[in-house]
Amino acid sequence: MNNSDITRRSFLKDMGALVTLGSLPLSLVELAFAGSTKNFRFAYISDAHIQHIKGTKFVRNWDRGLIRAVAEANLLQPKPDFVLFGGDLAQLGTKAELDHGAEMLAKLKYKFYCVMGEHDYYLDLGKYWSELFGPHYYSWDHKGVHFVVLNSILTYDEWTYDRWPTAEQRMLEMAGLDNPNGSPFMVGEKQREWLRKDLEKVKKDTPVVVFSHSPIQKIYKGWNFWTDDAEEVQALLSSFVDVTVVYGHVHQIQYNQLGNISFQSVMATAWPWPYPQSYAQAESYLPKITIPMNRAHPFFERDATGWQFIDIEMGRIAMHYNLYNNTNRTVAYNPKTGQPEDKDYQSPENRISPQIHY
Amino acid sequence: MSKKKTGFTIALAVATLITGGVLLTLADEFTKKDLQRWQEEYMSVVKTGRELWVSPDLGTNGVACAQCHPNAANTHPETYPKFQQQLGRVVGLRDMINWCILNPLEGEPLEFDDSRMVAIEAYITYERRGVPLAPGKH
Repeated sequence: MNNSDITRRSFLKDMGALVTLGSLPLSLVELAFAGSTKNFRFAYISDAHIQHIKGTKFVRNWDRGLIRAVAEANLLQPKPDFVLFGGDLAQLGTKAELDHGAEMLAKLKYKFYCVMGEHDYYLDLGKYWSELFGPHYYSWDHKGVHFVVLNSILTYDEWTYDRWPTAEQRMLEMAGLDNPNGSPFMVGEKQREWLRKDLEKVKKDTPVVVFSHSPIQKIYKGWNFWTDDAEEVQALLSSFVDVTVVYGHVHQIQYNQLGNISFQSVMATAWPWPYPQSYAQAESYLPKITIPMNRAHPFFERDATGWQFIDIEMGRIAMHYNLYNNTNRTVAYNPKTGQPEDKDYQSPENRISPQIHY
Repeated sequence: MSKKKTGFTIALAVATLITGGVLLTLADEFTKKDLQRWQEEYMSVVKTGRELWVSPDLGTNGVACAQCHPNAANTHPETYPKFQQQLGRVVGLRDMINWCILNPLEGEPLEFDDSRMVAIEAYITYERRGVPLAPGKH
């Protein structure tokens, strides 16, 4: 697909919108025209981990993180075209938690799309989540970009269906990040086949952006910073010119470039996680190009949490991290080096002490 | 002869009587079996510590230590005691364990000699084994 195709198609679509919006103030009309360019913006909120205590009580700390992200995203200028929620809305997948989280997300003034997290899934295998948010994996096109949402937190059938006496125990076993009884995440054969077919109709020079909960790359298996069939999924994406995978789950800044695929993580609104190299008993593979987020300061409740807005520029992303108790960061694809890079800290001489994790 | 010494002499006499003159427990000698038992004792406390680490019942809101600190990472036990900026003084690891119980877990702090406190410390340091001491390091 070339630029003129996109422009013509978007223009026709926007003309339709203009007819409907004919009587609205000029600013909105301008916005409609602005939409006919290839560049646009969306917001990304992830890992809220809404946790039910009992009755009407939920963990205040995690509630505040999501409430703040939604409130701030609603103030964003220019406005985002849509918002992604990146998974783990709930802590233990209960109706109470999903309802409470959905109620907070409903305050968003924009269309939003949801990604499945393991904390949403392993109680009822995504049944109630589906009632609220729809299918577990899907795709759509927006202003010349092909977007795909994957459910990457599936695992082996035996673990899911045969191993645990109750659904509650299955949920608890998967909810513990460092629980050795957990199981590696995967997209799975059925969904990979769906993805293969979905991508068949997409031209190779169309930018593709994939949203998943877990990284579609292998960083540290012990905490499921990992997708077991990552290579198979990457192979399906390898023939496209511009591919970006945005993932949650890790509660920290990570970015990487593997072949044509850029990877970028998003922050949690709930709490930060240590970088895997902070665990002295394990080896991990944090991407070399990642400049870590600052070490979390425990006395600042919202430190090392936040949300993102993302600018799509010529099919590649610039991720703006809004960090509640810290200096904001921007990690953007650098066409000269062909990889995502931090706008301020990428050179070794610009690194600061709080970015050293041990 | 003091009471203590008398007691010791009697104990020695009894031991000699029982063992036929050979004293079996020498203070400066221990066997592989001893080492094994001591390690098992230690590991059982580590295990208790791990159970507390993932327990929703240590605090009052269901939040567990492991939620933010998988494998007790980012606790840096090798750096304590150290100056803790917000507390304004040099504190031990136990102060920070209690800080976490009080704040994110919304619970009641533990006594410093509470067996649960010892167990949590045992677990944290076990996960950090092999890392050189770095007292005071921020």
